[in-house]
Amino acid sequence: MRFLNRSAASLSRYRRGPLAGLVLLLLGLVVSGGLYATFSPASQATQAQTDAEMVQEGRKLFLTGCSFCHGTNAEGLTTVNGQMVGPSLVGVGAAAVDFQMETGRMPMALPGAQAPSKPTAYSGHEIDAIAAYIASLAPGPAIPSEKDYSIEGLSEEEQEAAIVRGGQIFLTNCTACHNFSGKGGAMPRGGYAPSIINTDPKHIYEAMLTGPQSMDVFSNGNLSPEEKRDVIAYVGSLRDQPGYGGFSMGALGPVAEGMFAWVGGIGILVGFAIWIAAHTTRSTKKKGQEA
Amino acid sequence: MSSTHDETALETTPEGSGHSLNAHTDALLPDPGIPAHQWRPTDVDRKAEKRAERQVSTLFGLSAICTVLFVVSYFAIDAGIDGDIVLGLGASNLALGLCLSGALLFIGIGIIQWARKLMSDVEISEARHPAASSETDREQTLAALKAGLEESGIGRRPLLRNSLIGSVALLAAPAVVLFRDLGPLPSEVVDPEHGGGLEHTVWKAGVRVVRDVVGTPIRPSDIEIGDLFNAEPEVLFANEERGLPGLHGVDLQVAKSKAAVVLLRMDEDDYIPAEGREDWAVEGIVCYSKICTHVGCPISLNERTTHHLLCPCHQSTFDLADSGKVVFGPAGRHLPQLPLAVDDEGYLVAQSDFTEPVGPSYWERDMVDVEDQNVGDLG
Repeated sequence: MRFLNRSAASLSRYRRGPLAGLVLLLLGLVVSGGLYATFSPASQATQAQTDAEMVQEGRKLFLTGCSFCHGTNAEGLTTVNGQMVGPSLVGVGAAAVDFQMETGRMPMALPGAQAPSKPTAYSGHEIDAIAAYIASLAPGPAIPSEKDYSIEGLSEEEQEAAIVRGGQIFLTNCTACHNFSGKGGAMPRGGYAPSIINTDPKHIYEAMLTGPQSMDVFSNGNLSPEEKRDVIAYVGSLRDQPGYGGFSMGALGPVAEGMFAWVGGIGILVGFAIWIAAHTTRSTKKKGQEA
Repeated sequence: MSSTHDETALETTPEGSGHSLNAHTDALLPDPGIPAHQWRPTDVDRKAEKRAERQVSTLFGLSAICTVLFVVSYFAIDAGIDGDIVLGLGASNLALGLCLSGALLFIGIGIIQWARKLMSDVEISEARHPAASSETDREQTLAALKAGLEESGIGRRPLLRNSLIGSVALLAAPAVVLFRDLGPLPSEVVDPEHGGGLEHTVWKAGVRVVRDVVGTPIRPSDIEIGDLFNAEPEVLFANEERGLPGLHGVDLQVAKSKAAVVLLRMDEDDYIPAEGREDWAVEGIVCYSKICTHVGCPISLNERTTHHLLCPCHQSTFDLADSGKVVFGPAGRHLPQLPLAVDDEGYLVAQSDFTEPVGPSYWERDMVDVEDQNVGDLG
C-alpha cells in the first residue's frame, strides 16, 4: 500500500506535465482497442454477418444518426405546424439509402433548400447496415450491381449503339434540369440540379431509381434497366469527350457565355478604345532640331 | 441683356463687327488660339521613327505568320470526332481560332500603332458653316423640278397619273399572295382528321400514349408515384402490329411539336381535378401538353415534391396537381391536359384530342379556360 501511494504520488507530480495528455490519450486508445479486439464477435471480422444482424446493426446506427429527423421507426417527422422535418423512409429501398449516404447528402448538415453532396461520414459497412435496415421495413429498389450499369461486357458496336440510344433518352428526359452537357442548372426556390458529369455510375442509377429530393423517379417501368445503363454510358461519353468547340466556360449556357462576352469581350474592346484615344508621348524638341 | 452691358459693349467693340455679343468676354479673356504643336518623339527623333516603323512592320509580319499557321494547321491537324486534343480541347478548332484571331488582331494593332506614332497628328481647326445650301442653289433646284413636272404634263394628264398610281399600288398584291402562302392562317383548320392546324394535334380517342424515343406503350402499373414520363402519341412510331406506318420528315416534326406530352403519377390525394375533368386521370396518372403556353418551349423540368412543372425559357410554372394552372411566370394560360383512359389490353390511351389548342396564344384563339384559373396567381 505504501508502494502504491508512493507511485501514485510520483505519477501525480507529472500529471500536469506537457506530455501527460498525450500519454493518457494513447493509453486510452490502446486499452479500448485491446478490449474491442478481445470482445468483438468473431463473425464481424470474417464479414459473415447474417441479414438479421445487419438489420439490427443498421437499426442501431439509424437510431443514433437518422432518427432525429426521420423518426425512430423511419416513419418521418413533421413539426406541429405540419412542416416536414424528415420524410418517411418506409419503402424508399436500399438504393435510396446507398445514394443519399454514399454521396454524403445524408445525414444533412443543416436544413435548407437542398442537401448538398459532401464527403460521407459513414463507412461502407455502416451504410450497408442502414440500407439493410431500411430495406427490411418495406419493399423498395435494391442497390444495383455493377453489371446493371456497366457496358463493359458489350462488343464495341453494341457499346456505341448503347451510347447513341442513351443520348436520345438523356436529351428527352434529363436535359431539362441537368443541362445538355450534364453540368446541371438552377431550380426554383434555391434548389439546383447538380452536375452529373463526375457522378459515380452506381449513384446515377440509384438516383434514377429513387428520385432523390426534387428529382422525378425514373423507375424500371419508365426507363428499363438497359435504358438506364445506356443513359449512364452516354454521361460517361460526355465526361470523356474533349471540348471540341473550345472552352466550355462551365457549360451553363447563355448566362455564363453572356457574362464572359460582356465582362471579358467588351472589357477588352474598352481597353483598346482607351489605348487608341490615349495621348502619346510628347517631346519637348521642335521639328528639325535633331537630337 | 441690360442696357449697362450694352453700353460697355459698345465702348469696346467697333461698330458692325458682328461680335458684339462676345466682345465683352473676349476682351476680358482673349481667345488663346491653338497652342503650339508639341511633337512626338517619332516626329523629331529619326531613331524613334525608325523604331516605330519596325514595330508596325513586325506586327504586320506576325499577322502574316498567323495566317500561314492557320493554313498549315488546317491541313496538318486532325479535326472531327477522333481529332487531336490539346488541354482537353479540340486541337484543330483551337489552332484555327487562335491563328485567325491573331492574324486579324495584329493587323488591327499595327494600323493603330502606325496612326498613333507615324501618321500626321497636327491639330486642325475647322470653322463651322451653315449646313443649308445657298439661296441661289435652292431656287435653281426648285425651278428645275417645276420645269420637269411641267414638261411631263402629270398635272394636265390625269389619266396617265391615275393609271400609274393604280399599277404601283397593285404591285403589293404579289407580296400579299406570296407571304399569305407561307402557312395556314391560325383560324384555318387544315385537315383536322390528321391533326393539322393550330387547334388540333394527332391525339384522338384510343391513341396509345407511348414512351418518347423508344415508342413502347405504357401500362398504369409501369408508373410509380413520382415517375415522370416524356411521352408521345403512338402514331409517330412505325408499328406493324398496330398497323401504323409512322410519321417521317416534316410531318413527324410538326406532329411531334404539338403532340408531345408529360405523363406523371402523383398521390391520388394530391390531385385536384377541375370541374368536368374528374375522369381525366387514371389512378393518379395525369398527362399534360409539354409545350409551354407562353412561347412554346418544351417543358419537362418537374419538381417531384411540389408537382410544379417549370419552363426553362422564362420560368413559367404550372401546377400539375391542379389542372396545370399557372402559379408563376409570364404564361397567361394553363397547360392543356390530355384526358386519359385504359384500353382493352391495359395500355394508357387518350380519350380524345386536347380540348383546347396547345402552345402559345394567338389572336383568334378562343378564351376558354379552366373554371377557377386564378388571375391573381399570374405573378
